Amino acid sequence: MGSLTRLGMFLAEEGGEHGGGGVEAGITSGWAVENVWLILVLPFVAALLIVFLGKANEKWGHRLAIAMMGYVFFHGTWLWILTMTDGVLYEASYVIGDLGSGFAFELGWVVDGLSSMMFFVVGTVALLVYIYAVGYMKGEIRYAGFFSAISLFAGAMLVLVAAPNLVQLIIGWELVGVASYLLIGHYWEEKENSSAGMKAFYVNKVADVGLILGAIMLSASVGTFNITGILDAAEEGAGELSSVAVVGALLLFFGAMGKSAQFPLHVWLPDAMAGPTPVSALMHAATMVTAGVYLLGRMFPLYEGLAADARPWIMLIGGLTLFLTGLIALVQWDLKKILAYSTLSQLGYMVLAMGAGAYTAGLFHLFTHAFFKALLFLGAGSVIHAVHSNDMRDMGGMRKPMPITYWTFVIGSLALAGIPPLAGFFSKDEILAGLTHAEGPSTAMVLGIGIDTFFFWTAVFGAAITAFYMTRAVFLTFHGEYKGHGHPHESPASMSAPLVVLGVFSVGAGFLNVPGVFTGMTKWLEIRANEFYEFHPESLDLGVALTGLTAGVVGIAIGWWLFARDADTQAERDRLHIPGLYPLLENKYYLDDFYLAIVAFIKGPLARFIDWFNGHVIDAVINGAGLVGVWLGRAVYGVDQKGIDAAVNGLAGAAGASGAVFRRAQTGRVQQYAAAFILGVVVLVISFVFVL
Amino acid sequence: MADWISLPVNWVFLVLALVIAFAGVKVVTSRNLIHAALSLVGVLASTAALFLLLSAEFVAWVLVLVYVGAVLVLFLFGIMITRAPMGREVSLDNERRGLAAITALATFALLAGTSWVAFGDVEIEGVGDPITTGDLADSLLGRYLIPFEIVSFVLLAALIGGIALARKDRSPAEEAERTDA
Amino acid sequence: MTLVQFLLLSSLLFSLGVYGLLARRNAVMILLSVELMLNAVNLNLVAFEAWIRDAFATGNVFAIFMITVAAAEVGIGLAIVILIFRNRATANVDDFELMRG
Repeated sequence: MGSLTRLGMFLAEEGGEHGGGGVEAGITSGWAVENVWLILVLPFVAALLIVFLGKANEKWGHRLAIAMMGYVFFHGTWLWILTMTDGVLYEASYVIGDLGSGFAFELGWVVDGLSSMMFFVVGTVALLVYIYAVGYMKGEIRYAGFFSAISLFAGAMLVLVAAPNLVQLIIGWELVGVASYLLIGHYWEEKENSSAGMKAFYVNKVADVGLILGAIMLSASVGTFNITGILDAAEEGAGELSSVAVVGALLLFFGAMGKSAQFPLHVWLPDAMAGPTPVSALMHAATMVTAGVYLLGRMFPLYEGLAADARPWIMLIGGLTLFLTGLIALVQWDLKKILAYSTLSQLGYMVLAMGAGAYTAGLFHLFTHAFFKALLFLGAGSVIHAVHSNDMRDMGGMRKPMPITYWTFVIGSLALAGIPPLAGFFSKDEILAGLTHAEGPSTAMVLGIGIDTFFFWTAVFGAAITAFYMTRAVFLTFHGEYKGHGHPHESPASMSAPLVVLGVFSVGAGFLNVPGVFTGMTKWLEIRANEFYEFHPESLDLGVALTGLTAGVVGIAIGWWLFARDADTQAERDRLHIPGLYPLLENKYYLDDFYLAIVAFIKGPLARFIDWFNGHVIDAVINGAGLVGVWLGRAVYGVDQKGIDAAVNGLAGAAGASGAVFRRAQTGRVQQYAAAFILGVVVLVISFVFVL
Repeated sequence: MADWISLPVNWVFLVLALVIAFAGVKVVTSRNLIHAALSLVGVLASTAALFLLLSAEFVAWVLVLVYVGAVLVLFLFGIMITRAPMGREVSLDNERRGLAAITALATFALLAGTSWVAFGDVEIEGVGDPITTGDLADSLLGRYLIPFEIVSFVLLAALIGGIALARKDRSPAEEAERTDA
Repeated sequence: MTLVQFLLLSSLLFSLGVYGLLARRNAVMILLSVELMLNAVNLNLVAFEAWIRDAFATGNVFAIFMITVAAAEVGIGLAIVILIFRNRATANVDDFELMRG
């Protein structure tokens, strides 16, 4: 261990206890939990109705969507409040059909700490985004279709989150992917938008292979798709499950890598910014991309126990994502792309936390990040809507015409950078704390250092980078002189009101889990049917907190120094242009080119080889079979013609010939008949009288 | 054989039998139709004589009356009407002479053989008490009345049929004409 | 006299009649042969009658019947032959092969 490590260990406090899930809950029945199906079904109903009613009047699009989401928000918040007060634990499954081999296809819902938190997050952010979209999408093409698709998405996400078994989870997972494809490609008239939608779908599909294989592997070894059942078996350490647990868990994580855009399957998220900004805010910041983190959270007892050997890999991927994508954000000019890479980086944080065994930390960060990232996206959308361009080079000086947007955006950025007392500080700090107390995989070594230490410092460095690029974004967008040509003005109330609300959340959400003061979130998230253990710090770890805070402040400072004077000239803006590093970052580590090369190989040489093989080998076999058939046919024909027909003709001929022969007896001459008659009589008499 | 030939009755029989045989052969082989018909007369007459030998007087004279008197005349008329060749002609036989001969021989063999085997040594009384007409009448109108009547019906039918057949064909128009007129 | 001599004679006559029946071409000749055959049967009947000598003179009676029927038959037969001759202008039996198969 080096001095850096010792510093880290010194800073980290030892205090803390190990508690865990499987907490008794107060509410296990009642109207709220028994009718969760309303939350799951209403969005689909709304989506369908919008398709039909929207044709008549497109306003039905937002009316139905907001009405539906209003209810979802209401019911979801109610459940969340129940969780906060009494705790809720409820599971219902209805058998729909039989999948064979003893597996049943069930649909239902789970209400526990984790899912009610997700209900609340989805309900709140979605409602605010819908309201925002009324203003943002006004006059845009396919207005009603947009709301239909985004309602479909909401339904799918809720189905996923409420899933009591892996099959329903996968159904929700796939439907969310479909909705994402539809929404990213909303402006499909531009080819790159539809291509972006397809890219998202393909990358997710590659990852889904892992998801499905993992789900099948785990379920087959346990004998049920039900998550509680699988986790119970994991708790017991049952023989069959233990042999596939690690592989299955890794495969599930591979699926999560697609949906939550972990390196190297992150490539679809930046391109997904081609969709309308509300979509980016809702799906690619707050909810859809967090589905992977949610999956890790849902299956956490497995990862914490039987499949603990999978966790170093999860940490590795999460850490790589965190770091590498954050660097790319430094060199982006597109405001939404910066936020996209920032989302990627934060997702890396969450995955890293889950990998380190910090269940509450990862999910708490999901919670807070949803609010301030949605806020940032909506704010960016507000600016883009005013300026009609995504590029920061067309912006500048936006704080004067758009004060609400400016201040909420600043709040969001500070939250993201982890500045107290904003939400991001608490959640990020908790992750860092969790990293220092990572159990189990801490024995894995990376570059000679313990894995938890390595990623602790990676996360700290990542925090600095985050603060830096957000500061750059703020200054280049809102400060200095306006570089564009239009007349930007503040967005309408439908758009700025949600910004304010999200701003409030970004401020207050962090206080839900302050170690040593109020750890409500910890308690609530641990209301689960299955037990698991995680580290609970006794109090706020000052050493860790200060480390994180310092990193953030350092990042802001550097950004301020570089960009506060509003890099007016291109030369100043190109200060970041470090030769060698810059092109690498600008080309996103050439990852897209690498993938394209793979696709090109499949399209080109591989396809040509397969075509040759098909044409010369397979077709030869088939043609050979065909020729055999033809030859057989000819042979049969010949046999038929010469053999059978000859036989039949011969018979006929024989009949005719014999007839001709016998016909000679029919001369028509009576005398002949008489002769035959008399002879016959004579013969008969002789034979009867003399012989017999 | 010697016993048989010594009886005068048998001499007569033998003569008559030879006549019959010869005439019969003439009937079936003669090229001249008239000769054939007349040979039949010989056969019939000789048969009648044989009947006398067998004390069947009534039958003998009925044979002569009916057969020779009526039937043969009928035959001669038939021959003339059908313009049968009355003179010599190449052959009155057809291609099937061989088959016919075989059949005839077979028949003869059967009949003769059966007769010889069955009745080889039966003696009969020839000329003796004749069967009188009275006896025949008693039998015909007594025991065999019904066959007698039926035979008369046959004759009647033959009569009517003959007339119907021999009538000249008239067309329906001529029929109508005749009935109207 | 033996019975069998008459029977042999009648057999001979009958066979001759059969030959004539089968070998002759002219329809009238065929009828003639039929007469020969009938006559042979008559001889047979009477010969048996002479042997049996029953009270009813059955053989003779039937001989009479046969003569009668033969006469009737000849009448009809000749009528038919004449009719055919009218239609076909031939009495050659070989020409009547309408029933030829």
